Amino acid sequence: MSYFEDIVIGARHELGSYSFTAERIKAFASKYDPQPFHLDEEAGRKSLFGGLAASGWHTAAACMRVGVDSRRRAAERAKARGDDVVAGGPSPGFRNLRWPKPVLAGDTVTFFSELMSKRATVTRPQWGLVFVLNTGENQRGELVFSFEASAFVARRPRTT
Amino acid sequence: MLTLEDFKPGHFMTLGPRRVTRDEIIAFATEFDPQPMHLDDEAGRNSLLGGGVSGSGWHMCALAMRMQVEGYLNNSKSLGGLGVEEVRWLAPLRPDDLITLEVHVDKARPSNSRPGAGVIHFRSEMFNAAKQRLMMIVAIGLMASRDYS
Repeated sequence: MSYFEDIVIGARHELGSYSFTAERIKAFASKYDPQPFHLDEEAGRKSLFGGLAASGWHTAAACMRVGVDSRRRAAERAKARGDDVVAGGPSPGFRNLRWPKPVLAGDTVTFFSELMSKRATVTRPQWGLVFVLNTGENQRGELVFSFEASAFVARRPRTT
Repeated sequence: MLTLEDFKPGHFMTLGPRRVTRDEIIAFATEFDPQPMHLDDEAGRNSLLGGGVSGSGWHMCALAMRMQVEGYLNNSKSLGGLGVEEVRWLAPLRPDDLITLEVHVDKARPSNSRPGAGVIHFRSEMFNAAKQRLMMIVAIGLMASRDYS
């Protein structure tokens, strides 16, 4: 991750992929979204999804995991180059999360992130806010997930 | 069985309280959000959130979903979620918090594209025992009406 000042708007990165096996789908759903179409092949087939479908929150959680792993790898590369490792902060929230198509058992989703905009914050002068479009595409290249994320990113430290 | 007709604008339901343990927080974060502030007290103290380990915002969303499924969705003719307009993570979720979820219906209207079903805009707020608001979520769901087939 770059310092807030160095972040380039429009840059798009592939974050990584996640396999939605039936086992994983059922494990997540039984803990967090135990609706029949997320737990059972027959119920899934009879539903609007047309098969055992991942909880939309599982897709979102998978995107987060893949994103954290991607940032960790980037931090390791930065350290190896002798560059600063830039602190990522928490997120105040997100907007416009959509699940345009179901994620079905057997699908692999690849997640992407595109920097949309950034702004300074008054209340936290050592941090800025960035706004990112995160998307997920299945193995057929179909859009299955998107949302507008926000997160605090460290500003370049002042040199005295 | 709840149907579209049962979801009228206004306060719908209060769900919980439910305790969230440190083990649960760390298990979710390990699998889906392994940032140090969600795994470790010291990293949490050093983060913008301060105060020790905090739960992932996505864990909060997943907990809210579980509470809603058990609270009313599995007793309804829900046809699935359509999306989430907004989530605001307002205060950290901490180990052993006792959370409640206040669910409101902002609006409910017939679907333009699916006859016999409707679209419901839910606004939910998660509180801890000290009545601090941890999260606000506005989500949209598709719900069958009584005579849907």
